[in-house]
Amino acid sequence: MHRRKFLAGAGAAVAGSELLPFLKSSAAWAQAPADTLVVATGTTINSLDLHRVGTNRPSYQVTVNIYDRLLSFGTKTTPEGAVVYDYAKLEGELAESWETAPDGLSITFKLKPNATFWDGTPVTAADVKWSFDRAVSLGGFPTVQMRAGGLVKPEQFEAVDDRTFRIQLLRKSKLTLPDLAVPVPFVLSSRIGKAKATEKDPWATEHFHRNPMGSGAYKVERWDPGQQIVYVRNDKWTGGALPAYRRVIIREIPAQATRRALVERGDVHLAFEVPAKDAKEMMAKGSATVIGAPIDNCLHVLCPNLAFEPFKDKRVRQAIAYAVPYQQIFDQAAYGRGAKMWGGASTEPQSIAWPQPFPYDTNIDKAKDLLSQTAFKDGFEVPLSFDLGTAEWGEPTALLIQEGLAKIGITAKIEKIPGANWRTVALVEKKLPLHLENFGGWLNTPCYYFFWSYIKGALFNSSNYDDAEMKELIDATLHLDMNDPAYTPKIKRMIAKAFDDVPRIPLWQPYLDSAMRKDVDGYTSWFHRQPDVRYLTPKKA
Amino acid sequence: MARASKLAVIGERLAQALPALAGIVIVTFLLTRALPGDPAVQFAGPAADAKSIEEIRKSLGLDRSLPEQFFIYLGQLVRGDLGQSISTGQPVLSELVQRLPASLELTLAALALSISIALPLGILAATRPDSWVDHLCRFVTTAGVSLPTFFTGLALVYVFYYLLGLAPAPMGRLDIVVLSPPAVTGFYTIDALLNGDPATFRAALAQLVLPAVTLALFTLAPIARMTRGAMLQVLGADFVRTARAAGLSGRKVLFTYAFRNALLPVITTLGMVFSFTLGANVLVEKVFAWPGVGSYAIEALVVSDYAAVQGFVLAMAILFVALNLLIDIAYTLVDPRIGVED
Repeated sequence: MHRRKFLAGAGAAVAGSELLPFLKSSAAWAQAPADTLVVATGTTINSLDLHRVGTNRPSYQVTVNIYDRLLSFGTKTTPEGAVVYDYAKLEGELAESWETAPDGLSITFKLKPNATFWDGTPVTAADVKWSFDRAVSLGGFPTVQMRAGGLVKPEQFEAVDDRTFRIQLLRKSKLTLPDLAVPVPFVLSSRIGKAKATEKDPWATEHFHRNPMGSGAYKVERWDPGQQIVYVRNDKWTGGALPAYRRVIIREIPAQATRRALVERGDVHLAFEVPAKDAKEMMAKGSATVIGAPIDNCLHVLCPNLAFEPFKDKRVRQAIAYAVPYQQIFDQAAYGRGAKMWGGASTEPQSIAWPQPFPYDTNIDKAKDLLSQTAFKDGFEVPLSFDLGTAEWGEPTALLIQEGLAKIGITAKIEKIPGANWRTVALVEKKLPLHLENFGGWLNTPCYYFFWSYIKGALFNSSNYDDAEMKELIDATLHLDMNDPAYTPKIKRMIAKAFDDVPRIPLWQPYLDSAMRKDVDGYTSWFHRQPDVRYLTPKKA
Repeated sequence: MARASKLAVIGERLAQALPALAGIVIVTFLLTRALPGDPAVQFAGPAADAKSIEEIRKSLGLDRSLPEQFFIYLGQLVRGDLGQSISTGQPVLSELVQRLPASLELTLAALALSISIALPLGILAATRPDSWVDHLCRFVTTAGVSLPTFFTGLALVYVFYYLLGLAPAPMGRLDIVVLSPPAVTGFYTIDALLNGDPATFRAALAQLVLPAVTLALFTLAPIARMTRGAMLQVLGADFVRTARAAGLSGRKVLFTYAFRNALLPVITTLGMVFSFTLGANVLVEKVFAWPGVGSYAIEALVVSDYAAVQGFVLAMAILFVALNLLIDIAYTLVDPRIGVED
C-alpha cells in the first residue's frame, strides 16, 4: 500500500466532496454567532405558561428564563467544584427588599424601581397581586405548590402602592419565603392579562400559553413546538446580572445518542441532563465537560407497600433493606453518579441532614434471620414494578434487587409500567406492592420531604405508610423555624422512625449531570431540574 | 365515455372509503379511552392532589359520560376541529399540518432514492440470474431487511457525522443558523426553491440525506425483491418468448413487454412500502430529531393524549384511502385490462 498515494487520494475525495452540498464538512455548517448559545434537551416544551392546565415539567424552564419572581436563590460551590443554588441564601429578583412583620404574619416587599415588562410598562405591585391571585385560583399544580408555602387565597395578597406588595400569612411558616423563589409564583403583565381575559378563561391562559409578557432576562423570540424555542436577551433586565449570551436556542433532540454526538462534536454548547452512563464515559474520555451535583431532597427509593400482607410486618421490610445489593446498584445503575444512602453508622441519626445514609447494608444473613422470625420465613412471591419512563436506572436497579431478594427466598417478578399509567397506579391508587420511586422536594427541608411521602394519603407516599407519631412530628415541624429548639429533636426522631420502619428504602441520591463544550462556563444546578440559561457564560481564557 | 366511467370508478372508490373512515373514527375513540393511564393524573403535574386532579378532569371534559364525549368529538370533527393536544398544547390540526409534510418529505425522498436503486438492481438481477449482480441484490435486500432502522441511523450518524464530520449535525430539518422557508407545500426543499433560495435548499437537502438514506436502505429490500421476482416470472412467460421469436430487440422486449407487465406487483408493493414506512419513520425521526408525525403520535400515546392520537389515526386513515385510490388509478394506467368495465 502506498500510504502517500492513498492519503492524496483521500484528500482529493474530500476536496471533491465540497461540490456536493451534503458532504461539506460540518465545521462549515453550524457556525452560530459567538453570542449565541445552543442547548440540546431530550424533552418537549408544551407551553409558555406554567399556570395553564396541562403544562408539562420541561416547560418550567421557560418560566425560569423569561419571567421574574419576587425572590431567587443565591448560588454556592459544592466540594466537587459544581455551582449549585443555595437554599439558605435568598436574593431579590423583582424585590429590592423585603421585611417580615414582628409577629411573623405578614411580609412586605419593595419592588425594584426600574423593573419593566418587555413592552416598557413598569412592573407594579398590582401585577404581582394579579399573578399571585392567578396561581392560587387556577387549580392544579400551581395552586398546590402555592399552598405549600401557605399561600392559599387572593385575600392574602395586597398591592399597598405601586411599589409595595404585602402578603398576609395565615400562619408563620419557614416555607413561605423559599416558596416565592420556586418557578410557580412568577409575575406576568396584568394589563395584558386583563385585556385578553375572557369569561371562559378569566386568567388568559390561552393567551399567555403562546404569548408571554414578563420582565425576565430573556424574551421568547420564536417557538416551534416540538422542535425549538429561541430566547433573546432582554437588555433592560433588572433581576440580576445581565446574561452573557444574547441569544439562546433550545433544540429538542429526542435521541440521547444524538445529543451526546452533538455535544462531543461541539455543535451544541450544552446537552442538558445526560444519563449517568454517558456522564461517566464522557468524563473518562474528556470529550466534554460534565458537571453534576446531587439533586437536593431527592432519593431513588424502593417502596414496600404496607397495604399488602408481607410488608405489614416491619421485619419483612427490614429484611428487604438488608437484602438489597446497594454497592452493585450504585455501580451498575447509577454509574457512581450519586450520593450513597446506605451503610449509615448508627440507627440514631447524628444530625438533621437530609437525605442521609440509612443504617442498612447488604447483609444476607441478617436479612434471612429477620425474615425467619416472621410468618413469611418460607419466602413469597411479589411483583416488583418500575416506571418505563425511568428505565435508564429503573431497569438495572430492579434486576439487581430481584437477584438480592432471591437470596432470601423472595421471588420478585419484574413489571414495567408505561409512563402514562405509572402516576395513576403507583401514586394515585397506590396499588403496587413493591416498586421504585424517586420523589424530590423543591423546598429543601427534611420535614418537606416527609410531608409529601410519609403521611397517609400524601401523593408520594406510595407505600401507604400510616403512623400517628410520624404524622404528629411532620405537622409540628413543617412550618416551624429551623432555629427553633424543638426542631432538631423532632426531626431526629422523624428520621429515626424512617430508619426503623423503612416504608421507603433509599438506594442513592441521584445526580443531575449535564455535558458541555469546554468553552462554556457558569453552569448552575437547580432544584427544579431545568436549565437556567441566564447563568451560562463563555469561558474566559 | 371511458373518461366519465373512470371518474365514476373514482367516485365509487371514495364512497366505499366512507364507512371505513366512520369505523376508524369510532374505533380510535374507543381504543384511546381503553388505554391504561389517566390523562387527568398525567396532566395534573408532579405534586397534584386528588382535588386538583378532579379539577383537571373536569376542564378536560373527561368527567362526562363516554357517549357524551363521543358526540362532542363528532361535533368538533364536523366543524373540522380535531381538538387540542394536551401534551404539545397546540391544536391537533395545526400540528398535523406542520408535521405531516416533514414525514412525507422524508418518506418520499427515501422512496425516490430506494426506487432509483431497487428497480435497476431488480431488473439486472432478473436478467442475469446467479451473476454477481444477482448476488449483490440478494445481499443488499437481506441486509436491508435485517438491519433495524434505528441501528442504521445511529451507525450513519456515527460514521458520517461523528467520525468524518461530512454530514451536518443531525438536529432536525434545518441547521440552527438557517430559517425555515415560507410555507407553501410544507416540504422545505420545495418551498426553498419556490422562494428562490438556493442556500436554504442546500441546507434542507443536506439535513435530509442521512435520514433518507437510512429509510431507503430499509425500503430497498421489498422493492428490489419484488421487481426481481416479477421480472423473472414475466421473462419466462409465453408472450416474451413470442416477442423474442418475432425478432424484437432485447431492449424492446425487456422494457415494453416484460417490465410493463412486471410493474403491477411492484406498484402494489410500493403502496404497501409507502404506508409502512410512514409508520416505521418513528425511530428514524427520533435519531435525527426530525419533527414528523411518527414521533408526535408516540409521544401522544405515552401520555394518553386522546385528541392527538385520534387526529393522527384519522389523518393516516385518510392518507391511506388516498394512497389506495392513487394505486388503483396507477393500475388502470399501466394495465388497460384493469378497472373500466363497460
